[in-house]
Amino acid sequence: MESEQIDLLINEVIKRLETEGLISSQMQKNSARSTESNPGDKSKDPNQSFNINSGMGLQTISIDLDDPTKPVHRGKPLVDNSQDPEALLALMSTTTARIGVGRAGVRPKTESLLLFQSDFAVSQDALYKEVSQDLLKRMGLFTVNTLITEGKTEYLLRPDLGRSLSQEAKSILESKCIKNPNIQICVGDGLSASAIEANLEKIFPVLQSGCQIAGLSMGTSFFIQNCRVGVMNDIGDIIEPEVLILLIGERPGLGRADSMSAYMAYRPQKGHSDADREVICNIFDNGGTNPLEAGAYAIRLAQDMIKNKGSGVKMKMA
Amino acid sequence: MLLRTILFGKTYEFPDIRILMGKANEEKSGDRLAGLSADTLAERAAAKIVLANLPLWVLRDNPAAPYEVDEVTRVIQDSVNESIFSEIKGWTVGELREFLLNDQVGCDQILRISDGLTSEMISAVTKIMSNMDLVYAASKIRVIRHCENTIGMEGTLSSRLQPNHPTDSPEGIRASIYEGLSYGVGDSVIGINPADDSYGSVSRLLDMTYEIIKNHAIPTQNCVLAHVTTQMRCLQSGSPVGLVFQSICGSQKGNESFGISVGLLDEAYELAKKYCYPSGPNYMYFETGQGSALSANAHHGWDQLTLEARNYGLAKRYHPFQVNTVVGFIGPEYLYNTEQIHRAGLEDHFMGKLTGISMGCDVCYTNHAKTDQNSSENLAMLLTAAGCNFFMGVPMADDSMLSYQSTSFHDIAALRSIFRLKPAPEFEQWMESYGILKNGQLTNKAGDPTIFLGRQK
Ligand code: B12
Repeated sequence: MESEQIDLLINEVIKRLETEGLISSQMQKNSARSTESNPGDKSKDPNQSFNINSGMGLQTISIDLDDPTKPVHRGKPLVDNSQDPEALLALMSTTTARIGVGRAGVRPKTESLLLFQSDFAVSQDALYKEVSQDLLKRMGLFTVNTLITEGKTEYLLRPDLGRSLSQEAKSILESKCIKNPNIQICVGDGLSASAIEANLEKIFPVLQSGCQIAGLSMGTSFFIQNCRVGVMNDIGDIIEPEVLILLIGERPGLGRADSMSAYMAYRPQKGHSDADREVICNIFDNGGTNPLEAGAYAIRLAQDMIKNKGSGVKMKMA
Repeated sequence: MLLRTILFGKTYEFPDIRILMGKANEEKSGDRLAGLSADTLAERAAAKIVLANLPLWVLRDNPAAPYEVDEVTRVIQDSVNESIFSEIKGWTVGELREFLLNDQVGCDQILRISDGLTSEMISAVTKIMSNMDLVYAASKIRVIRHCENTIGMEGTLSSRLQPNHPTDSPEGIRASIYEGLSYGVGDSVIGINPADDSYGSVSRLLDMTYEIIKNHAIPTQNCVLAHVTTQMRCLQSGSPVGLVFQSICGSQKGNESFGISVGLLDEAYELAKKYCYPSGPNYMYFETGQGSALSANAHHGWDQLTLEARNYGLAKRYHPFQVNTVVGFIGPEYLYNTEQIHRAGLEDHFMGKLTGISMGCDVCYTNHAKTDQNSSENLAMLLTAAGCNFFMGVPMADDSMLSYQSTSFHDIAALRSIFRLKPAPEFEQWMESYGILKNGQLTNKAGDPTIFLGRQK
């Protein structure tokens, strides 16, 4: 990726969005993660109280703990007698990985073990969430379905059905969508609705004005419920865009479900596989590729695909 | 072809080898997805009984994909040692099982027979083995390989340091590497999965990891697990590469969906032998996992265990330093819950060893499967008992880039301690010289990543 060109494009897009009032200059700097999908970063107050009143006879106990998932607690270094405690903090600040955790013998400390288990407990919720109708309405997206008819459990076990549009969906697309655009943008829940909720409003305007600036026509965007990446072929067969961009929720990680991908393909069609596609992944604020940058990069990549008349590793090898 | 048995008075007949192999598998959601599972437990038992009586030559004659249309089949069939095959072709699958379990039969005899087997035979015998059979038989087989250090020796357990980062930040990755090294993790490889597959980013990470290895004189190899074409470009441009990686699939069609072919892997292997910096002679690293062929609709109607066995048959061609199944990585559509993941982990490790490759396992799960970290810890202990060559070391087992949970730095240290195993010998010496390890025990310095700051050897 040629980063200078991307920076240029981002700046141009952002300036334009600001003048159009589509985003506030706040937004580009503030990439705060949605508090919903990130448990406990509401307050920075580390006040933690832990009182044990033990008398001689009757004992009363009162355990009243602060939320251990708050960033102040998460970011606490736990290495005993570190050679360089300051440097340890600096190392920890460079990554979302759980380092600086120390050890209890060859096992983790109690605090980090229990934090891990707490994060695990909330991780699965994202799978069963649906993208909010409000958001879709705000973004002006209508919804179509895949062959999944029995909800998320079926979705998880039948990826084959998630790769095909339903008959109804096909006819809706036939009637509602502009054919042969330069760029077709679609949104799918994939394995995380939260990822779409966290990033869509940020990336979408960048994609729109990116297209405008680059002089590329944009098709009619829509939302696909219960979809897999492979659904791109069906969409391609009906709409025949030059480049299709599918924004889709990645599988949720531990205690985090806001990571989105943009899968892209040049003239997607029946028979295409992942070797014909490319992906921009780990799109999220605070630690991932931020959605504004990702949007600009996607447009660049689309321009390359159009220039090269192809996409995927197949292109690289040719 | 007649494939039939009576069981409890009821007749079970199987139309062909493909169906028989599918129905003889332990329960897996992926086989169910492919319509291959047995309908009842009794039907599964009957399929195993018939399979146990099948002579090995029939399996050679019935590969999962025809020789003419599939290059993976050609690689496997063409590599069979014909004189060994003719010695054993009349054995039944049941007899092969008992040969492997025979306590008079050791590693050398098993590895000799291995050269006369095809992947379909290895898959078949696996189906009729119990979990403890798989652990016991695998524990007899040592496959030792060398690159910059030695992997697979009796009494050792190696580990891949997996310091992934959501945006490939070199500083962030470096921080995780220091943490891992301080636990004695990283002897099999320091291997990064990149978020960005571009040449610029991948070569930057190769340079950075090589610099750490050189600065601290660590006897290990580096690897960035980008698409193999990107790594080939890096090799040709002079980047320091320790191991060359690729994910592989058990059929030609599956490999096509990964953007690779036998020809391309051959090319990568030649480049690796020419340009990789370690002394070798083993330079390749492959990852596999049940379900990947089905996921690309490239399974030719066969079960996921057989496709997985074929991965190992293909891998063997390249004398890899290490191969691991990423069992449980893709999700519940192929391995639904703890039981299925455990079974698959034990099967894959055994099949790899029986194929004669240096086999490890990424013991892992995604947040959409029905399992948890305790279960992963269990499987890691079972596989250590089975003599697994290496596991992954991920900070607190949480990979924030790939969004799944694997095994942790602590787990590696604990497994070595519980089973009285050591790191690779060269690496162990290095740990001692760095004061991380003393008399086989972690020291006070272990677990502190800052010991690597501002220090050079
Ligand atoms: C699961 C997964 C896989 C699985 C996919 C099988 C499956 N049925 O899910 C397997 C193990 C087969 C796989 C293989 C590879 N993957 Co992968 N994979 C992922 C992972 C962890 C999650 C994807 C996800 O959540 N998808 C969302 C759901 C809803 O999609 P789905 O329809 O269920 O599944 C499809 C996608 O996952 C897609 N897919 C998966 N990986 C890749 C990679 C590329 C380049 C493309 C185009 C598509 C693709 O294949 C599935 C079937 O169509 C991501 C990491 C991440 N944070 O996203 C990496 C990731 C996308 N993969 C990556 C890579 C590099 C690969 C490989 C090229 C590795 C290699 N050297 O061989 C191979 C080959 C990919 C190919 N061309 O087919 C990189 C992409 C980097 C980039 N920017 O190009 C990522 C970001 C992380 C990584 N470094 O491993 N992968």
